[in-house]
Amino acid sequence: MGKTLAEKIWADHIVRQHEGEPDLIYIDLHLIHEVTSPQAFDGLRLANRKVRRPELTIATEDHNVPTTDIDKPIADPVSKLQVDTLRKNCAEFGVRIHSLGDVEQGIVHVVGPQLGITQPGMTIVCGDSHTSTHGAFGALAFGIGTSEVEHVLATQTLPLVRPKTMAINVEGKLKPGVTSKDIILAIIAKIGTGGGQGYVLEYRGSAIRALSMESRMTVCNMSIEAGARAGLIAPDEITFEYLKSKPHAPKGADWDAAVSYWKTLQSDSDAKFDVEISLNADELEPFVTWGTNPGQGLPLNSKVPNPAEISDPEARGAAERALTYMGLVAGTPLKDIKVDTIFLGSCTNGRIEDLRSAADVLKGKKISKEVRMLVVPGSARVRLQAESEGLDKVFLDAGAEWRTAGCSMCLGMNPDQLAVGERSASTSNRNFEGRQGKGGRTHLVSPLVAAATAIRGTLSSPADL
Amino acid sequence: MEKYLSHTGSVLPLRRSNVDTDQIIPAVYLKRVTKSGFEDGLFGAWRNDPEFVLNKAEFAGATILVAGVDFGTGSSREHAVWALQNYGFKVVLSSRFADIFRGNSQKAGLLTVVIDQAEIEAIWSAVEADPKTQVTVDLEAKTVSYGSKSIAFTIDDYTRWRLMEGLDDIGLTLKNIDSVSSFEQSRPSFKPKTLPALS
Repeated sequence: MGKTLAEKIWADHIVRQHEGEPDLIYIDLHLIHEVTSPQAFDGLRLANRKVRRPELTIATEDHNVPTTDIDKPIADPVSKLQVDTLRKNCAEFGVRIHSLGDVEQGIVHVVGPQLGITQPGMTIVCGDSHTSTHGAFGALAFGIGTSEVEHVLATQTLPLVRPKTMAINVEGKLKPGVTSKDIILAIIAKIGTGGGQGYVLEYRGSAIRALSMESRMTVCNMSIEAGARAGLIAPDEITFEYLKSKPHAPKGADWDAAVSYWKTLQSDSDAKFDVEISLNADELEPFVTWGTNPGQGLPLNSKVPNPAEISDPEARGAAERALTYMGLVAGTPLKDIKVDTIFLGSCTNGRIEDLRSAADVLKGKKISKEVRMLVVPGSARVRLQAESEGLDKVFLDAGAEWRTAGCSMCLGMNPDQLAVGERSASTSNRNFEGRQGKGGRTHLVSPLVAAATAIRGTLSSPADL
Repeated sequence: MEKYLSHTGSVLPLRRSNVDTDQIIPAVYLKRVTKSGFEDGLFGAWRNDPEFVLNKAEFAGATILVAGVDFGTGSSREHAVWALQNYGFKVVLSSRFADIFRGNSQKAGLLTVVIDQAEIEAIWSAVEADPKTQVTVDLEAKTVSYGSKSIAFTIDDYTRWRLMEGLDDIGLTLKNIDSVSSFEQSRPSFKPKTLPALS
């Protein structure tokens, strides 16, 4: 019987296999940032251990960093200490770091692909659950905790139990105005936040094949929101074309060898997935969340659901709690929901194509006087690229704020936060209670919906303008 | 890591599903560079509500957290595990855990045990009727017991052995480091390196 893509990558990375033990898996690339690494470096020091392969490790500063005044010291002393700790640890252990102000600084999951160190067939880990983003290249990429960060630093391996596999077939053609963000929000609404638990998801089908690399990253990024540690897409010509010009892409004979290997990275036609589900791309509409987990989403033309009509008692209770927290009334059309904040950015939707699509909607228009809009590029390079295309002027002319790169309001570890009771349309990945600031309310949307919502002040798609 | 054989204690009944790690420890509390001191941030937002179960005197001193389905979803922050441990919890029971949270807890020595939702509900009811109810989670026997009830649970033998011996994974892997070195010999030359930096 054939193998799935995930099984092939797994097999290629088994260092040691022993009955009754997890497989020991080699890690090709370890990405680190300031929040989940300090205790791991401390552990190395306590045990007098080194970083085994610094040349397979890279660090950037993203979670904590301010997105204004980056030429000044970080104002929050606790954030500053964490960032300084990362810098010291990288210097001591010989790890490459891209600090605030460096042209390669940015959100770790934006930086890896733009440097070309994210490649097909690799195993990639990071102490961040959105590491699944790199699966868009046909890499097995997943988030880990700090104990595992220390393990990878010390051994370049992880003991892991092989996950099950789930195929998600998305066939058909997206309508104009419908994006890869809507695909993944619809998938999560369908299988739930625990639906992918224990699985690696493989996104397949004509609608996935038609997506650009950046759109594929958006899909894989939110695999964790369906409970799956990893999600991937088989590499193809779109992948190779994207990689070819990147600084760390293989060159010369190595490129040819790499491409011929990468072409084998497909699930075999007779491979058997543990579970298969399907979604029809033709029927998809712009999707938004109404609740407090990413599975609580609906097409934008819907109404806030009535918990009384939900038969599962667990889901009903969760919906009731969510509506209370969100300050929403069952039956309200989603398009009537007023927001005061728009966040365009994050590892989900902070790449150049995301900024271009939002700028297309905003060009020559003004955002509503009732809203503030933060545009936060995913990396310093994305920011520079956008500025070279004049996108910064489009956003500024429309009345939005043009910021520097970082995780920003996706999780509000830096000063970019929602205040109590504020409501955002956000292109990020989590609408958990308080995620963007204590008492803040989040609706997850695509960049197109974010831009249209900024203009109208209520949840909207470009078709409503 | 401390060895875990069996633990008996009182229960905090957390009647909520989908408790994500942002609720267990909000991001603003993640700025510490140590593994201690996270107890103040545990359920940071919910604790503002005096009616929140963690604030109720009758459940003070609980060491076993019994939560709804899909506990620990979202962010990979191991700080969620440390916050629970720092506060004094030894065990979490749920009918389903998020993968990363479960992996983190097993590395850090916080026992996570999966039992059926019906059993979770039964424990909630028993504990709400009598908050002093003592529950024993015995890893050696693989049982959760209280009163006259005993519920069997499953856990893979390897994880159970590691937790019972209090073994550190890195030490175990380093025993086989030669196999890592020989694997590295066969890695293709086209695999990327971060050093030297190219741009």
